[in-house]
Amino acid sequence: MKGLEPLPAVDRGSVLPGSDMQWQRIVWPVVVFIAGIVLWDLVVRIGEIPPYLLPGPLLVFQTLIADWSILSESLGVTLLTALEGFIAAAVGGIALALLFNQSKWLEYSLLPYAIVLQVTPVIAIAPLMLIYLPQQTAVVVCAWIVAFFPVLANTTLGLNSVDRNLAGLFQLYRASRWQVLRYLKLPAALPFILGGLRIAGGLSLIGAVAAEIAAGAAGAGSGLAYRILESSYRLNIPRMFAALLLLSVAGIVIYMLLALVSHGLLRRWHESALRKEK
Amino acid sequence: MADPALPLNDIPAAVRLRGVTKVYDNGTVALGPLDLDIRKGEFVSLLGSSGCGKSTALRLIAGLIAPSAGTVDVAARSSDHPIGFVFQEPTLMPWSTIRENVRLPLKLAHVPDAQSTARVNEVLAQVGLADFAEAYPRELSGGMKMRASLARALVTEPDILLMDEPFAALDEITRFRLNNDLLALWRELGKTVIFVTHSVFESVYLSQRVVVMTSRPGRVSAECRIESAEPRDDAFRTSMAYAGYCRDVSQALMQASDEMANAAKARA
Repeated sequence: MKGLEPLPAVDRGSVLPGSDMQWQRIVWPVVVFIAGIVLWDLVVRIGEIPPYLLPGPLLVFQTLIADWSILSESLGVTLLTALEGFIAAAVGGIALALLFNQSKWLEYSLLPYAIVLQVTPVIAIAPLMLIYLPQQTAVVVCAWIVAFFPVLANTTLGLNSVDRNLAGLFQLYRASRWQVLRYLKLPAALPFILGGLRIAGGLSLIGAVAAEIAAGAAGAGSGLAYRILESSYRLNIPRMFAALLLLSVAGIVIYMLLALVSHGLLRRWHESALRKEK
Repeated sequence: MADPALPLNDIPAAVRLRGVTKVYDNGTVALGPLDLDIRKGEFVSLLGSSGCGKSTALRLIAGLIAPSAGTVDVAARSSDHPIGFVFQEPTLMPWSTIRENVRLPLKLAHVPDAQSTARVNEVLAQVGLADFAEAYPRELSGGMKMRASLARALVTEPDILLMDEPFAALDEITRFRLNNDLLALWRELGKTVIFVTHSVFESVYLSQRVVVMTSRPGRVSAECRIESAEPRDDAFRTSMAYAGYCRDVSQALMQASDEMANAAKARA
């Protein structure tokens, strides 16, 4: 068959111009960070604030180095708890959303209870969990409770946001339920799922810390939240700040890692991961 | 293409609609009763104002929706070559390359990639997209996306090609080019084409027969045969014959509109 004349080739590379403003996304936050540190230091020095009220940034940094062995161990415990909660939230949230998508009956039956879990403050549930479950399991369950709903809600939204014409096309070609899920619904829902996971990453850390605080108050514990509590009891405010700093950095790293994964999976086709045209 | 030398009644029907009506869940009567015969190899345009039920008729023929009453007989549904459908939008999967988009109907039919690749390459070459197989839809222009959509519809070698205002969103030059390309493919492949449009000029240029539909609920108001010499080209667009057909079809369309307005007045 002869067919039509081939279209002239275009330089597809030119569709996505490189952004020479990318560096501003790094420089400005760094400038704000340095300005904040300088301001903090000036406030402490000029106000002659004692370290048990507000330690200066240098003292916090020195404490971080001096107590690194204790803090890093606690950081490892908290991160492991957050990771376990995150994996449980990711698997549970996506699996439940898939079940909801396949069966409205299941969705109507279970969604209200998922919402109940979401709207009940984890700090109120944690003491109960610590009574009914072993401590580490209870802490992971709390991290899961906080993190799983965004994954469930986003995945459900994604699975229900499939282009109607594409769904019609799959119907036309008599696609099976599995084919619709694999080739249409899951890829279409991917940006939503990744958005949910990005939220869940931070929330799993928050859930882990909240549960650790409850567990720390109830008994033994060695996570960062426990170190914060312990430091406050001992008026070791510099270590408290150092632990808080580690938590913040951990949260930022978790977010950045998930953003990187999201970018890697979407960069070829999804608007959210494409550079803006100039 | 339907052999113009044969009397119409001697050509087997590819699609037959009898007393078809469609009432949506919200009570809107979109169509009918509609009676329509389309013969094998024929290029027919369904012409009417927006919302007259043209797209509903096309979706009924495709089997995407069920009629509220009446019968829809489509010979291709029982064959191994499913119906090809081109939507108003390109309707490509943005997460897949053009090659994988075009391959989709074969994948859904469980044809292994090793076997389907040659056919995918062939159809991509037919629509002039051989060099863009590995591109993503966002990297192509509107016209190229439509070509990809057409390639996907053709990849299963369907007996019937249903096209729902496929070029409506394109600029005039691109539309003219794609009109010519579509006619070339139709002549080459001999498919039955049912083309929905609200453009008088496009329907006359492309079709062997223009079916003019009334406003909602859509019914056949008039049929105009376009008995022009083949192949049609840009010379036809500027010919007196083309202008004459456009005038006739426009009048039929106006008449269909008047019929509905009078019927509405009578009801009031």
